[in-house]
Amino acid sequence: MANYPGSLAIEVEDLTVAYRDEPVLWDVDLNVPTGVLMAIVGPNGAGKTTLIKVILGLVGSAAGRVSIYGQSYAAQRRLVGYVPQRGSVDWDFPTNVLDVVMMGRYGALGWIRRPKSKERKLALEALEKVGMEAFASRQISQLSGGQQQRVFLARALIQDAQIYLMDEPFQGVDATTERAIVSLLQALRAAGKTLVVVHHDLQTVEDYFDWVTLLNVRRIASGPVNEVFNEKNLRLTYGGRVAFLNRNGNAHDETQTAIKRPNSEEPNRQVRG
Amino acid sequence: MPFLELGRDLFYDYTLRTVAMGSAVLGVVSGALGAYAVLRKQSLLGDAISHAALPGIALAFLLTQSKAPLVLVFGAAIAGWIGTLLVISIVNQTRIKEDTALGLVLSVFFGTGLVLLTFIQKMPTAKQSGLDTFLFGQAAALMEHDVITMVTLGGISLFVMQLFWKEFKLLCFDSNFGASLGFPMRILDVLLITLLVAAIVIGLQTVGVVLMSAMIVAPAAAARQWTDRLGAMVALSATFGAIAGVCGAVISSSMARMPTGPTIVLCISAIVVASITIAPNRGLVWNWIRNQRERRKLQIEVVLNNLYALASQHADLRHSHSIAALGTMSANRSNVRNSLKELSSRGWVERVSSDEWALTPEGIVQAQQIADRGR
Repeated sequence: MANYPGSLAIEVEDLTVAYRDEPVLWDVDLNVPTGVLMAIVGPNGAGKTTLIKVILGLVGSAAGRVSIYGQSYAAQRRLVGYVPQRGSVDWDFPTNVLDVVMMGRYGALGWIRRPKSKERKLALEALEKVGMEAFASRQISQLSGGQQQRVFLARALIQDAQIYLMDEPFQGVDATTERAIVSLLQALRAAGKTLVVVHHDLQTVEDYFDWVTLLNVRRIASGPVNEVFNEKNLRLTYGGRVAFLNRNGNAHDETQTAIKRPNSEEPNRQVRG
Repeated sequence: MPFLELGRDLFYDYTLRTVAMGSAVLGVVSGALGAYAVLRKQSLLGDAISHAALPGIALAFLLTQSKAPLVLVFGAAIAGWIGTLLVISIVNQTRIKEDTALGLVLSVFFGTGLVLLTFIQKMPTAKQSGLDTFLFGQAAALMEHDVITMVTLGGISLFVMQLFWKEFKLLCFDSNFGASLGFPMRILDVLLITLLVAAIVIGLQTVGVVLMSAMIVAPAAAARQWTDRLGAMVALSATFGAIAGVCGAVISSSMARMPTGPTIVLCISAIVVASITIAPNRGLVWNWIRNQRERRKLQIEVVLNNLYALASQHADLRHSHSIAALGTMSANRSNVRNSLKELSSRGWVERVSSDEWALTPEGIVQAQQIADRGR
């Protein structure tokens, strides 16, 4: 399938989502260029998961527009892969790893047709990419958190999408799995895919991602990590409560941090812990 | 009817044959579709649907003055379906939680049904309607044409379930992911609930509205104990339902004044109890054995470790110590003696005198390994 270099993979305009009277997302504009590995960060309740779900058409919006390569999601859904939060499903469901991964082909299969040997082969290949080929026939309740996450990633890989939306793929996984997932994400980006990842760990944003969106109901900032991931924006996003650590693991200090912004407005103030 | 021919050799008695056939069909359909309800944590929905069906039965009779099974089943299905949609819309539109909504709909519909039943019984034209058999079910009254209705409805339900197997699996396991793939999950949800309604109304005449939810929940709960595959679970659940149906029908017909519905429910309950107790991996017995084995292993390691700790105080690691000394380091002295016997049979300790024990060279190696593991 062709890539779309230079064009916008995802375009979100004036998006507002409310739950009863409470706004969850307020007038959000977001452009995701093709080929970026973007983190969405923000405090709990900032609307990160909701944003992903609106893009996927899972949650309705009060106002605004979402387009995938210039068209509606419904028209482009074959180009989009989705990794939901691991905790959103019942892992005691009676099925095995291979079966879950093959669900990634259900959309391409369409109604009624069942997965066959072709889907089986694709699923095994995807499991190999996430280092889980030995677990194909394992009952899913016997998986660790990191293994569950890899299964979900394999299911998304098998969708053979251009854009991947992932909701906290690093949630509750061990360090080894985290490294494996990061290299997988970076390999996907190198292959020209676009990735949007809800992320919680501010310390690893600079290492893992090249683009970042800071979100707290409103979009605070969005762009290349080295341009927008700075103390001022983080403070705007987290309301000054952020205990920010830089690459070296030291408490954030403008004089020694790797993230420096020339026109930072409060150059000498320590971030409160 | 060819399917009745099949049973002819098996059951000499026409009535019993009909009843057993009907009960088996109801067990298969409610067992298979109940598996989905249980996996979706909608076990109580079956209870609400069956209770909500009662006013539908009464209204169908009042409107048509007919007791034809198709008419009554149709009325039951419409009412059950409306009840379910009401539960869903209460949960979606208000702040009332699902359990409360289920309780509300169940009791309001059931109450209305009872009022209508009483009204019907007092009508001069009641001609002993016999609608009250729907409360607790009366399999003995099953006729051949009832069974034909059950088989047809059940067959269609199972066919649709089989047709959308993949879509229903997606709905049960990861509905959001299914929606992202473009499947209309809400329509699939309503379709699956409609099949569940069909499964329930099929059984109402035999088992009754009060106990019907047992036929939805129990076979599936039992089947889940034995397998980790969806297909096997649905098949097993259907089989358990059928076995309970036939056993219940046979038992109740062989004894006077034995109600069929409750007997069927007792049969499926026995299957549930057996499954929870003895099923491998998930069963209680299995768990108990596994726990005992673990505990035994731990006790042995503790005694070995204690002996090693005592011996470490001496230059010679093979220095012997008394059971009394080991007993002070352990919560249960009789365990110490048993553990020492087990350890000596493995060649890790040896008896030095009547009451004194010491580590063997192999025992020292093992104790060091355990100590390293704990670090």
